Amino acid sequence: MKKPIVLGIETSCDETSAAVVSGGTHLLSNVVSSQVKLHQRFGGVVPEVASRKHVERITWIIQEALDQAKVSLKELDAIAVTKGPGLVGALLIGISAAKALSFATGIPLVPVHHIAGHVYANHLIKPLPFPLVALVVSGGHTELLFMEKHNRFERLGKTMDDAAGEAFDKVARLMGLPYPGGPEIDRLAKKGEPIYDLPRAWLEPGSLHFSFSGLKSAVIQFLQQMKSQKKEVDQHHLASSFQTAVVDVLIEKSINAVRKTGVQHLLLAGGVSANRQLRQQLTERCRKENITLQIPPPELCTDNAAMIAAAGTYQYLDGHFADLTLNADPNYEMNQRVE
Amino acid sequence: MKILAIDTSTLVMGVAILEEKRVLGELITNSHKKHSIRLMPAMAQLFEELELTLEDIDLLAVTKGPGSYTGIRIGVTTAKTLSWAHQIPLYGISTLAVLAENGFHFNGWIVPLLDARRERVYVGIYQREVEQLRAIYSPQIMTITKLLDILKKQEKPVLFLGDDCERYAEQIKMHLSNQAKFGTLAENIPKPSQLGYLAWGKLQQKEAPETEQFAPDYLQLTQAEVNWLKQHNHGGKHEN
Repeated sequence: MKKPIVLGIETSCDETSAAVVSGGTHLLSNVVSSQVKLHQRFGGVVPEVASRKHVERITWIIQEALDQAKVSLKELDAIAVTKGPGLVGALLIGISAAKALSFATGIPLVPVHHIAGHVYANHLIKPLPFPLVALVVSGGHTELLFMEKHNRFERLGKTMDDAAGEAFDKVARLMGLPYPGGPEIDRLAKKGEPIYDLPRAWLEPGSLHFSFSGLKSAVIQFLQQMKSQKKEVDQHHLASSFQTAVVDVLIEKSINAVRKTGVQHLLLAGGVSANRQLRQQLTERCRKENITLQIPPPELCTDNAAMIAAAGTYQYLDGHFADLTLNADPNYEMNQRVE
Repeated sequence: MKILAIDTSTLVMGVAILEEKRVLGELITNSHKKHSIRLMPAMAQLFEELELTLEDIDLLAVTKGPGSYTGIRIGVTTAKTLSWAHQIPLYGISTLAVLAENGFHFNGWIVPLLDARRERVYVGIYQREVEQLRAIYSPQIMTITKLLDILKKQEKPVLFLGDDCERYAEQIKMHLSNQAKFGTLAENIPKPSQLGYLAWGKLQQKEAPETEQFAPDYLQLTQAEVNWLKQHNHGGKHEN
């Protein structure tokens, strides 16, 4: 059978992206227009600003993805687009473009779950080794997933409040660091030691869920305390203490999830997987535990359309299509997709 | 020459297909929004009923705003994508210019308006000159008070168009009394057929079609940008 060629479109937050993937594994192009600089002055992503930029860029980005892949519209087998979760106004740009393109060409439309996309970023590097556990950590998500085969996701755990990346951004703001805070904290932490005592939210014993809002509150209290005692806060140590508290929990729960499910493989995905300490410590730990660990390169960890095209390819092969009524779903649940 | 026109900029959703001299069909709803769900199926239905396909279309038209930000973007993104995929020229036209066409035969000033909240309106002022409408005030956002002052000074008959006029009807009558006329129910909703006709006019005038960078004309900065500018103008001394 001919390898399907799939166009992916992703506009769920602040990256406008289109990509072409062949056979679900082979990356032909992945064009990402990041809006980070645009949102920096506001200290975070402004949905209306993001949507306005998406409209401006979307057509050009799709064109560029096809050009770079040297693929024409006629050669596409499917158009995969992020249905959710994400910012509704932003999602709608990708969806409107995908539907119009599908209508104009007769090419089938495939709705993709954003988190499923993050997991499939790994598939572009090395085929997914089923059964597996995946930890997806980003600005909007922190989830532990179990996958037995393609298109089958079982959620083992999720965050009860803030996503890990969100906690990074919020704490960075408290520390007076620029947006996005994740890379800034990572950079400072490199030169610090985790000497400040910050809590780790384990929740009930054996729980695979996460909670990061308590940690954020602890940082606020810590900063107030230091201020009232007129003590100097070492930014490097604070960054390291906070980052270690997050990373400890992420690692422990991931290892726990692997043990519980009895799988051999752990996958890391999402923007926060670019974090140096998380990559290093998780790698060491997995080596000790005899677990194979897969982490995509940084450019496939952040939001991109290649991962949407890869995930979309397997839905296409399963015959999971959408019609022209496809709408954005900002709270798209994974089990809705798996039926 | 066949023209496809798309309008999703307000509560009204409209799709029309025209020939130069004939409206072949149009679908209009003025109810719940859900434009993102309903637009493509409506378009597909219209094509089917007219036994046409996108291959038959030579020109595209879309309302570029003002209106609901999300709504405008759905129309613009859809139109841009169709235009790019089939290499069909596209023109973006103001929602207000489209609405103004409903008052084409009115002798006086034609004032289409959309509510912009907080006592402000998106408005343009148009007048017929020979065979077309000319914008005396191009689409912009202003307070209703300022608009009424401008109109009062002119002492010309004024035709208000748009469902949102209802909201300001008392105020308008108080300021302009007999000078003010109001559109009929049918005249108060923008017609995609008028939109298509205006695009055809642009093509006749050999105006340059939109490029793939084409973006809506919101007539307003985002609230975040407004706030940012406010803060940074007050603190201007500290900025370079």
